Amino acid sequence: MPENNLNLTLHVWRQNGQGSKGKMVEYKADDISTDMSFLEMLDVVNESLIKDGEDPIAFDSDCREGICGTCGMVIDGVAHGPERATTVCQLHMRHFNNGDKIYIEPFRAKGFPVIKDLVVDRTSFDNIIKAGGYISANTGSAPDANEILIPKDVADRAMDSAACIGCGACVAACPNASASLFTSAKISHLAVLPQGKPESQSRVVSMVQQMDSEGFGSCSNHGECEAVCPKEISISNIARMRREYFKALVGK
Amino acid sequence: MAIDANIPSGSLDEKWTKYKSNVKLVSPANKRKYNVIVVGTGLAGASASASLAELGYNIKTFCIQDSPRRAHSVAAQGGINAAKNYQNDGDSIWRLFYDTIKGGDYRSREANVHRLSEISANIIDQCTAQGVPFAREYSGLLANRSFGGVQVSRTFYARGQTGQQLLLGAYSALMRQVNTGKVDLFANREMLDLVVIDGKARGIVCRNLLTGEIESYSADAVILATGGYGNVFYLSTNGQNSNVTAAWRCYKKGAYFANPCFTQIHPTCIPVSGDYQSKLTLMSEGLRNDGRAWVPKSGDDKRPPSEIPDEDRDYYLERKYPAFGNLVPRDIASRAAKAVCDEGRGVGETGLSVYLDFKTAIERQGEDVIRDRYGNLFDMYERITGENPYNVPMRIYPAVHYCMGGLWVDYGLMSNVPGLFVLGEANFSDHGANRLGASALMQGLADGYFVIPYTIGEYLAGAELKEVSTENSEFSQSENEVTNKINRLFDIKGDKTVAEFHRELGRLVWEYVGMSRSKEGLNKAIDEISKLRDEFWNNLKIPGDQNMFNKYLEMAGRVADFFELAEVMARDALEREESCGGHFREDHQTPEGEALRDDENYTHVSLWEYNGKDKPNFKKEDLNFENVTPTTRSYK
Repeated sequence: MPENNLNLTLHVWRQNGQGSKGKMVEYKADDISTDMSFLEMLDVVNESLIKDGEDPIAFDSDCREGICGTCGMVIDGVAHGPERATTVCQLHMRHFNNGDKIYIEPFRAKGFPVIKDLVVDRTSFDNIIKAGGYISANTGSAPDANEILIPKDVADRAMDSAACIGCGACVAACPNASASLFTSAKISHLAVLPQGKPESQSRVVSMVQQMDSEGFGSCSNHGECEAVCPKEISISNIARMRREYFKALVGK
Repeated sequence: MAIDANIPSGSLDEKWTKYKSNVKLVSPANKRKYNVIVVGTGLAGASASASLAELGYNIKTFCIQDSPRRAHSVAAQGGINAAKNYQNDGDSIWRLFYDTIKGGDYRSREANVHRLSEISANIIDQCTAQGVPFAREYSGLLANRSFGGVQVSRTFYARGQTGQQLLLGAYSALMRQVNTGKVDLFANREMLDLVVIDGKARGIVCRNLLTGEIESYSADAVILATGGYGNVFYLSTNGQNSNVTAAWRCYKKGAYFANPCFTQIHPTCIPVSGDYQSKLTLMSEGLRNDGRAWVPKSGDDKRPPSEIPDEDRDYYLERKYPAFGNLVPRDIASRAAKAVCDEGRGVGETGLSVYLDFKTAIERQGEDVIRDRYGNLFDMYERITGENPYNVPMRIYPAVHYCMGGLWVDYGLMSNVPGLFVLGEANFSDHGANRLGASALMQGLADGYFVIPYTIGEYLAGAELKEVSTENSEFSQSENEVTNKINRLFDIKGDKTVAEFHRELGRLVWEYVGMSRSKEGLNKAIDEISKLRDEFWNNLKIPGDQNMFNKYLEMAGRVADFFELAEVMARDALEREESCGGHFREDHQTPEGEALRDDENYTHVSLWEYNGKDKPNFKKEDLNFENVTPTTRSYK
């Protein structure tokens, strides 16, 4: 074993689905290279579980470069683990020490029922977008792109909000399991752009209502969401969402 | 037998306009009577679903991910091309067309590429209207950057996340139609068979990835937008879920597979660090605007890069290709990197990487400018490697990135199976033997927003479709075949995991059907792949069972198809006795080591047709160059 490699003890949440009871189970992860990503470490553990005829740990991932939002788990109590602004697929084992005990759990929230082990159902996020997270521009009806002038700082601000990958870490980190950061990022992205203005009032009302009906809690300004967000979406988006919401109510 | 691509007559710049004027239309009242299945929700699939639903068709949309927003288009970084000529630097529809034809090494269809070029400008308009936050100048006007293989600045971008932003635009348009009820969305579904009734595509069979249930869906047409097959190499920049299965099932049902050996190796990826590696990460080609590729002049020079003075460095791209320098097309940049590493001048622990150095750019423009342009890429590089590219040159190496080959389609994007349309990377159409940077996003969205809405109408209005439902026996037959295959995989009960087989297959394909190919190597590959495939079907071990969320079962089905594809890729590479674009045959090169095309014998699309035997039938579609004369691509 190369001298920098790690021997770790994992405590992993195992659960066969929403109906059944889950529990933490201990696994050894030996001879782990520090250049591995966290998911590659789990791949290695699963390979040996399969060889031993055991049920491998279910987790999901796709792009493994931090942009698709598929992966996500709570590592030692922190959504996506200890590295700031980093999804779990981009978290590398060089940030752990030999002998560490690592606790791995799913993103827990009423709005995210467990499918298996570390995999949760985030359809609720799609439902929030479906309720109004768009600009109604039918294909073929657009004017020349440069007819809409957008100051650079406005475009940059829209981009800051639009960078959300919909992973759900904000919900997992929130003591109220609120989806406010996710919802407000889409509302802000579209509200600051001139193209998004005509629908901004109906949009914020429908999206907030949908968010509430999906079983997410309310925001009470803990700020945990911003702290774990892998794309550093600012909590100021939530303030904008509230402003937009009140404007819409008063404007009615 | 010559294959007809149904290209409209008339001059190149009139074809699409004429097609649109003469196309059969389905009346609004009749559109709602038609059901269309769309498989895949990347740029092509999501834009097609949304646009067709807006027209009034009933759409059923399927995706393999838990949400349509996660399709792998999301990972595209650099940008999207459009012939807007906002920079007044001489761009035009003709020039984008010409660059794409030349970049594809004269192995694509003129008519398709010209249409793509015509549509390109509309895409930027459409996406802007949806709220895609493209980069802007201080004036509020759209910004552009330049990309490899061209001499104008026509690439639009949203930081290093252009694919994500375009996909979220298409996804939001799709979700809007889900909200109106015109689209039924089925996430967590993997298409496992195409159902063909009376010779026409009439539905699909898929597996619900959460419950394991096998499900049937019928329709009047099926649109496949399921991406590329780069994961046949095991290590690629593709997502873990990217696979060939849906396309391969269509091939097994009679659809031609075109140019499977045309795969693109991207020059700027983070090098491999170990056996456990599950994927390779791309660093956008946009980096080559400011980064300079180099290796030490001498392979014995083991000094750290900062201590190697300029006179001991070989900026090999600038030396070999002075006109384009670091911005040569991808295939050329990749081979040049391989060449210097093969000479023993590669850097890093494995010797399989080259430097991409930003020192000159940082000195000239300041670190802030570089951070603004590439900040997120630099951060990603540091997260993965633990090195800071502002201080130490990046180390990069080529990796499999994109597949130009795919299911064959005619001008209307319909395969040879009537009613089966193929869009985006899943088809073979527009990029010939090599794709230029920032053209994949353009093609995916062109196909989905602006081509299929016209061409599907032409088919549906003319096709005489009988009533079909999932009660038809063809559906239960397909369901049985799918179930039997899954059972067979479980019944093997061997010792080796699917990842082990996939890794071994990937090594074979990379070694013999990768950046450089030879007759001996390809014959060897066919032999070895078939041996390994036999072992797979005799010694595979899958955990768990079929009626549950089971990633390893999903992978096993996909790897089984990759084995079959890999063999056809090798056969295709063997048949094509020339070098062109991403297909480099060692026995067909110039004395300087550049690709040597054979226009007399190989100006065609190679088509492979499944016949149940080891060797599929081979057919050709001849390519006619009436507007551009194929010349030797020179970037010197």
